[in-house]
Amino acid sequence: MRRAGAGGGAGGARLRLAALLGPPLLWLTLAYLGSLAVLLLSAFWTTDSFTSDVVRTWNTDNIQELLTTPVYRTIALRTLAIAVAVTLLDALLALPMAFCMARVASPRWRRPLLVAVLTPLWASYLVKAYAWRVMLSEDGVVNSLLSPLGLHGPGYGTPAVVLVLAYLWLPYMILPVYAALERLPERTLEASADLGAGTWRTLRSVVLPAVRPALFAGSVFTFSLSLGDYITVQIVGGKTQLLGNAIASQVTLDLPMAAALSAVPVVLIVCYLAAVRRAGALDAL
Amino acid sequence: MAETEEAVRCTAVTKEFGTGGTVRALDAVDLTLRAGEFFSLLGPSGSGKTTLLRLIAGFERPTRGRIELAGRDVTALAPHRRDVHTVFQDYALFPHMTVEQNVAYALTVRGVRKPERTARAREALATVRLDGFAARRPDALSGGQRQRVALARALVDRPAVLLLDEPLGALDLRLRQEMQTELKELQRTTGITFLLVTHDQEEALTMSDRVAVVSDGRIEQTGPPLEVYERPATAFVAGFVGTTNLLRGEAAVRVVGRPGAYSIRPERIRLADPADAPPLDGERTVTGRIADIVHAGAHTRFTIALPHGDRLTVHRQNLAELPPTARPEAEIRLVWDEKDAFPVPG
Repeated sequence: MRRAGAGGGAGGARLRLAALLGPPLLWLTLAYLGSLAVLLLSAFWTTDSFTSDVVRTWNTDNIQELLTTPVYRTIALRTLAIAVAVTLLDALLALPMAFCMARVASPRWRRPLLVAVLTPLWASYLVKAYAWRVMLSEDGVVNSLLSPLGLHGPGYGTPAVVLVLAYLWLPYMILPVYAALERLPERTLEASADLGAGTWRTLRSVVLPAVRPALFAGSVFTFSLSLGDYITVQIVGGKTQLLGNAIASQVTLDLPMAAALSAVPVVLIVCYLAAVRRAGALDAL
Repeated sequence: MAETEEAVRCTAVTKEFGTGGTVRALDAVDLTLRAGEFFSLLGPSGSGKTTLLRLIAGFERPTRGRIELAGRDVTALAPHRRDVHTVFQDYALFPHMTVEQNVAYALTVRGVRKPERTARAREALATVRLDGFAARRPDALSGGQRQRVALARALVDRPAVLLLDEPLGALDLRLRQEMQTELKELQRTTGITFLLVTHDQEEALTMSDRVAVVSDGRIEQTGPPLEVYERPATAFVAGFVGTTNLLRGEAAVRVVGRPGAYSIRPERIRLADPADAPPLDGERTVTGRIADIVHAGAHTRFTIALPHGDRLTVHRQNLAELPPTARPEAEIRLVWDEKDAFPVPG
């Protein structure tokens, strides 16, 4: 009898769980994964070249065109290179900044610093991108600051895109690294010094392993956000074209081709996530 | 004693915290550790004993004063340049390393090659009876095992001095007593100078060659455990090391028969029948009423109410059963040797 009661209780709990998780799961599968599936499916359709209407006949022309056209390969590689560069730059900037916030600054300063890092996230993306456009212009702040040193700013182009994207996504890298560094017990650092390790040795052997998962977690954001961006490049990129631009320009002309193009970042991100997962970094998310 | 036989010497070490030195954690402390001894700093929490340990390790700099290791001034030296290792209260093992990598860390840092490193790490693990745990991660170990890893890690390259910050605080009673024996044994076999910080007087008394009792940033008394227990230099020491009956002023005159401040250990007082023969020469006796009896296993704790409201605690070893007369409210005679009423200044 007790067993029957327990079974009934478990059944009730299961029902409640299903009721609780059902709607969000439905949303996730239908709205989120479903639209992605339709997108990828439409990559295998084609367009009537005369009316520009989508023709729902199964073929792999788009995929073949994507893989054989040199321009697309160049754009894809450039996008990938920019995403990697942005991620590396953010990691290099975030490590010392997060270290200062979590370890050097007094607890009283920690919160203001954290707010300072977060505040730019509340400003509009476009405002920030245009602010950089103004700063990077020929007679902008960057050039007037660099000219006394005999230097010249990057102007508009690929370096500017890397710079601005790195600026835009930096908080996403700082936050997880800061959290990891703050969790790192002071005693662990003391133990390392106590056992004979100098500052660099402690950084390499104790601090870096502790923040590695956080760096990977942050890089998931910086990498995928950079892969999908197409607005910053229009504002400060000069003539530079990224995957996002190619997709955007194809959407109205040739939707199936745009779908095929957008499969590229999806595949890249899935590969990246798989690599990061192998490194054990997603356990920390 | 020759200069070189001093492992640690602190001279007038003062440590102040806060802006403008608002909190004085240590006040002109002098301390000398002989090479190869087991020394304990015993004191309540907040007395400054851990601060002293951290100054010797190099995690903090003294506000004033001088710290020497083996005759060499290390006051301004960074922790990684001192031949001293610490066993932390929470062990502070590196979570991302295996047990073996943890233990070998001091060797890795010094550039010892892998085969030798592994051999010495295994050897250190064997001395703390953790063979076979080399490949585990710290989070897969129990508290007692982590404690041993921390010990092995600190002993692997034979430092001149080992600092232990309340190392047994997180262990349960049984394990603690086991580790006390092991620590003492380890100290004897390695010959390394051990400096133990503890608030547990039993721990300090059972393991140490010498004990320093710390209170309010000062060392109240230094000496062998028995001396500190038998001849406390101050009222604080008498009260903190073991339990005692402190008598001063009027109470001292009434109970001890002399003015001043006195400490009488509860186990030095004998219970006797009021009808018994009067005490011998050199003995002191008072009569009172049993206010409370607590059975504490090996001994029984009596609280005796004397006339004028004085109270004395008496410990009776349970060598035989309690006599039927020993029950609350019974009249009782207390007898002790006059030498056992030990005068304490302050």
